[in-house]
Amino acid sequence: MNNNLRTLRAERGWSQQDLAERLEVSRQSVNAIETGRYDPSLPLAFKIAELFDRAIEEIFVSPSKG
Amino acid sequence: MPMPPEMKRYTRRLFVTMTLYGIALVGANLWFRHAPPSGLLAYGVAVLPALPIMGVFVVIGRLMMEMRDEYIRMQFVRHSLIATGITLSVTTAWGFLEGFGLVAHMQGYWAATLWFSGLGVCVMANAVREYWRARA
Repeated sequence: MNNNLRTLRAERGWSQQDLAERLEVSRQSVNAIETGRYDPSLPLAFKIAELFDRAIEEIFVSPSKG
Repeated sequence: MPMPPEMKRYTRRLFVTMTLYGIALVGANLWFRHAPPSGLLAYGVAVLPALPIMGVFVVIGRLMMEMRDEYIRMQFVRHSLIATGITLSVTTAWGFLEGFGLVAHMQGYWAATLWFSGLGVCVMANAVREYWRARA
């Protein structure tokens, strides 16, 4: 699934490891989500959205629209 | 990055089961060599080394259940399925080869060894792939 995670992360000057620690996941998970190789579960998607203070659809692009 | 608690538990459980395996294997061999059991007891002693190996499958299953990182868990489940596919394919092919008298008999417990090897190769190959992805 396409997403804006890399941009949002870069805006805050966070590395993938920084974001991973904030989300309590591995750096590999962040990399896989950013590159669209893995679609996070709904709880993790909410966690990401809450961390960036955005709505889920502002971060993740709907497959039907993307 | 520190080792997640579920991995620490997995390592501890694996150490315990493998230690029990070593004891059971040596014990069963010594028993059969020096005072061969008979009847039902023989079956019980012979199967002793298999019990800790069954325990390892339980330990791996518990790790899958306890993993908190959903992406890593998904990868681990995928690797287990690949290892299962390899094991079933090889043992099936070997069974036919054996049936036609082309290869020697293979003890059934080699299936577990094959599965663990397949899982190990998958995990290592994935670690290398993740390493290169991180560098890209």
